[in-house]
Amino acid sequence: MQNRIRFPGGWLGFLLMLPQLAITVLFFVWPAAQALWQSTQSQDPFGLATRFVGVDNFSALFQDPLYLGTVKTTLLFSALVTALGMGSALLLAAMVNQVRFGKRFYQTVLIAPYAIAPSIVAVLWLFLFNPSLGWISYLLRGAGYEWNHALNGGQALALVVMASAWKQVSYNFLFFYAGLQAIPASLIEAAAMDGAGPLRRFRDLVLPLLSPTSFFLLVVNLVYAFFDTFAVVDAATGGGPGKSTETLILKVYLEGFKGLDLGSSAAQSVVLMAIVGLLTVIQFRYVERKVQY
Amino acid sequence: MMVENRKGLNLLCHALLALGMLAVAFPLYLMLMAATQSAEQVTAVPLSLLPGGHLLENLSHVLASPDGGLAVPLWRTLANSLVMALVIAVGKIVISFLSAFAIVWFRFPLRQAGFWLIFATLMLPVEVRIFPTVEVVTQLGLINSYTGLTLPLIASATATFLFRQFFLTLPPELAEAARVDGAGPLRFMLDIVLPLSRTNIAALFVITFIYGWNQYLWPLLVTHDPAMSTAVIAIKGMLGEGAVQWHLVMATALLTLMPPLAVVMLMQRWFVKGLVDNEK
Amino acid sequence: MASSGFSPLVRLTAAAALTGVMASANAVTEITFWHSMDGALGDKVNSIASQFNASQKEYKVVPVYKGQYDESLAAAIAAYRSGNAPDIVQVFEVGTATMMQAKKAVKPVWQLMAESGEKFDEKAFIPAVAGYYADAKTGHLISMPFNSSTPVLYYNRDAFKKAGLPDAPPKTWPELAAAAAKLKASGLSCGYSTGWQGWVLLENFSTWHNLPYASLDNGFGGSKAVLQFNSPLHVKHIEFLQKMAKDGTFTYAGRKDEASAKFYSGECGIMTGSSGSLANIRKNAKFAFGMGMMPYYPDVKGAPQNAIIGGASLWVMGGKSAAEYKGVARFLKMVSSPAVAADWHQSTGYLPVVSAAYELTRQQGFYDKFPGADIATRQMMNKPPKPYTRGLRLGYMPQIRTVVDEELESVWNGQKAPKAALDSAVARGNELLRRFEKTAD
Repeated sequence: MQNRIRFPGGWLGFLLMLPQLAITVLFFVWPAAQALWQSTQSQDPFGLATRFVGVDNFSALFQDPLYLGTVKTTLLFSALVTALGMGSALLLAAMVNQVRFGKRFYQTVLIAPYAIAPSIVAVLWLFLFNPSLGWISYLLRGAGYEWNHALNGGQALALVVMASAWKQVSYNFLFFYAGLQAIPASLIEAAAMDGAGPLRRFRDLVLPLLSPTSFFLLVVNLVYAFFDTFAVVDAATGGGPGKSTETLILKVYLEGFKGLDLGSSAAQSVVLMAIVGLLTVIQFRYVERKVQY
Repeated sequence: MMVENRKGLNLLCHALLALGMLAVAFPLYLMLMAATQSAEQVTAVPLSLLPGGHLLENLSHVLASPDGGLAVPLWRTLANSLVMALVIAVGKIVISFLSAFAIVWFRFPLRQAGFWLIFATLMLPVEVRIFPTVEVVTQLGLINSYTGLTLPLIASATATFLFRQFFLTLPPELAEAARVDGAGPLRFMLDIVLPLSRTNIAALFVITFIYGWNQYLWPLLVTHDPAMSTAVIAIKGMLGEGAVQWHLVMATALLTLMPPLAVVMLMQRWFVKGLVDNEK
Repeated sequence: MASSGFSPLVRLTAAAALTGVMASANAVTEITFWHSMDGALGDKVNSIASQFNASQKEYKVVPVYKGQYDESLAAAIAAYRSGNAPDIVQVFEVGTATMMQAKKAVKPVWQLMAESGEKFDEKAFIPAVAGYYADAKTGHLISMPFNSSTPVLYYNRDAFKKAGLPDAPPKTWPELAAAAAKLKASGLSCGYSTGWQGWVLLENFSTWHNLPYASLDNGFGGSKAVLQFNSPLHVKHIEFLQKMAKDGTFTYAGRKDEASAKFYSGECGIMTGSSGSLANIRKNAKFAFGMGMMPYYPDVKGAPQNAIIGGASLWVMGGKSAAEYKGVARFLKMVSSPAVAADWHQSTGYLPVVSAAYELTRQQGFYDKFPGADIATRQMMNKPPKPYTRGLRLGYMPQIRTVVDEELESVWNGQKAPKAALDSAVARGNELLRRFEKTAD
């Protein structure tokens, strides 16, 4: 990177960066700063009465066992979405890589969910699992298993995990598939000649070679599960039953948007910003290092 | 892969893939089937897996008549979604291309700081800071305008980052050669870098188009005029607290997901290549 | 004008070019009206607005569907904070305390009417409806009652016949439990279910049984109120229902109106839910159904007392021009006129908000044609309301509802004992109330 050629005239560079920078400052930095400010305030929704309360909003948050419960739920949910989304995508990618015909067809079907809006994803899955009308709940009932995600926390969590992972499989699949294709055939052949069967080759050779892709996807999936699943969870369960599917981002939304408790919501936003910041640094470091390979 | 030609393995793979296809496609298939049924048929348990023959009727109904109290027909909200998605996609690509170019080929004060700022802050999802952002947009008088719908969403960390990654893979000799030929930075950008970035641009177009099309909370808050709202909002409006008319909801969902799906499918090759080549 | 999707600059230029055209268009004062009425209800709102627009030439009401209640309220607040509020916004009943606290942001309806010289009789409203939205001290209406409902009981008459039950709604909770058990025995998968559990099983349960939901007259007496829905009777009631849930005679369907889909599909034989669901049930049920009042416990003194309303009212935002207020006043006057209110009541199932609309509907023979359509109203007027059965005026009430939902769900799925759940709901709710108190000035 050091010996890269630069054009003279830094002002032109600045000019080229300016539009992006201006929009960032105006619509991102400034509102984020306001959220930070708001997190130290006690305010009525209309902004008519505002008082400085210091870190009260934060201390209230961290003393609340329910908030810590939501943190746990979020971690569990994110782990499940990531595991299911990445695991099934890896399996599918390995299969597509293995078969001789139909690769293109499989890929085409598998990337379809990528195009679908999260709120529509929730509609589709609710329709499948609707306790009275849904197809899958109908099949389950036939098998003697009662499905009611309005009451059963485990089922509700399963529903939002499946719907969220379903949408993310496309993205994961593409990266795993590309990663698999990039593994030289000669390596595999050599291993096969040593007598390693397909499963052993996959475990001992392919998986380690995929680890950079996997790490990249891990971060992407965690960020996805933390934030982008918001519309899915909101539309599918609204966080219930109890608090069994309430994630951090949903709580920010519920408290700020629905509950109009701006101080607490802003404090939670700040916590989330810190988490995003951390994940960003991890990803950035990692990607930066990879570039220098 | 020519290692083994074992038929059994191949068959097993196809069988597992068939299961995977079923899991991916079944929800979509069911939506399609629900959209072909009448109000009567759609309440059957279980829903028929065969088409019900009312598809055109349902589609034309939702396209032409305002539903869900939105007071505008779906074609109007679809058109708004299209404008929004296109402007966001093109805008994101242009400004990200420019800023990535600046980051890679120029040296100026605040360069690194600017990059970090763009990268770090843009990771924040819009839901987290929605109120203050809406306030800024309102103060600028952009409520109820396409500018307000799109401009604040045009900044992009992903696109900037992808372009930067790609530019870093270009051989330094390119710029050197351009300089020897007496080409200025803008000539270099337009004549050499831009054509080389075609695949990336295509991939980013897909990603950003979908991003713009699928927005929900943002258009809800910055448009007050029903004639300015988008298709995704129209669907939410149909899922009220009363009886859900699933056949119409699904017909609307079908129409709403067609454009982004078409973009992904038609641009599949570039999308896959551009997305994957860079992040690897 | 607002429909052009361009930046202000472009609009300005265009406006300059079109001054001639604009001049004539400017004579009409536009009134924006944000609401949350979707589906058929939205169509009805649109038709009321066009009826108003056609009746005169000075004002044009533009109704805008802004998403569900919470979304539309948040949008209105965001718009207010940046000086862009609509003229009228429909706010759900649990947002009442929030709106009342924001004195500078809203224009009380009685004041609006007085200032714009419209004749306005606050006595014309049904007291139990008006009480919910009136100032606790002066009794003046702060917002305009619009769509109100009370919880009623629906039962499947065909299923009752099949189960060998008499063709009458269960009047008491023990009767309801017995009927649900019989329905279940006759092969129905769900005996009883309810929509809006917090509103039906705790809020209305309290007033119906002559109990306070919170101290200080449910918050009408000030912001220091504490929740009281963990009394022995409340606990007994939830225990009763938990037992039904264990026996499988009570099926929990969800936090909102999911139960009514289960009812009209024939899955559940009895349901309690909003009287506003009547139109939907009438449209979708393929069997004969009947209606009744909310059940009560016969051994409770003073029960049944009176029901309290749910739904929403129309709020006028502050800081608008006199011309706009004049138009708003006229429009609201029309909405509460007996003819319009009666039509709204008959086509939607919401309550008639003015007594004259109730009378009119009765004269038109509507209740003879649709028996049960007046139950919601009769229930509300059952006895004159006591200070603690007028309604609720509690801050952060939407969140309190969520807390109640969460705690009750843990009762239905057997994770918590009823007393522990109600105690915890009260404690959590009180914390919210104290937070709300702090935001007031």
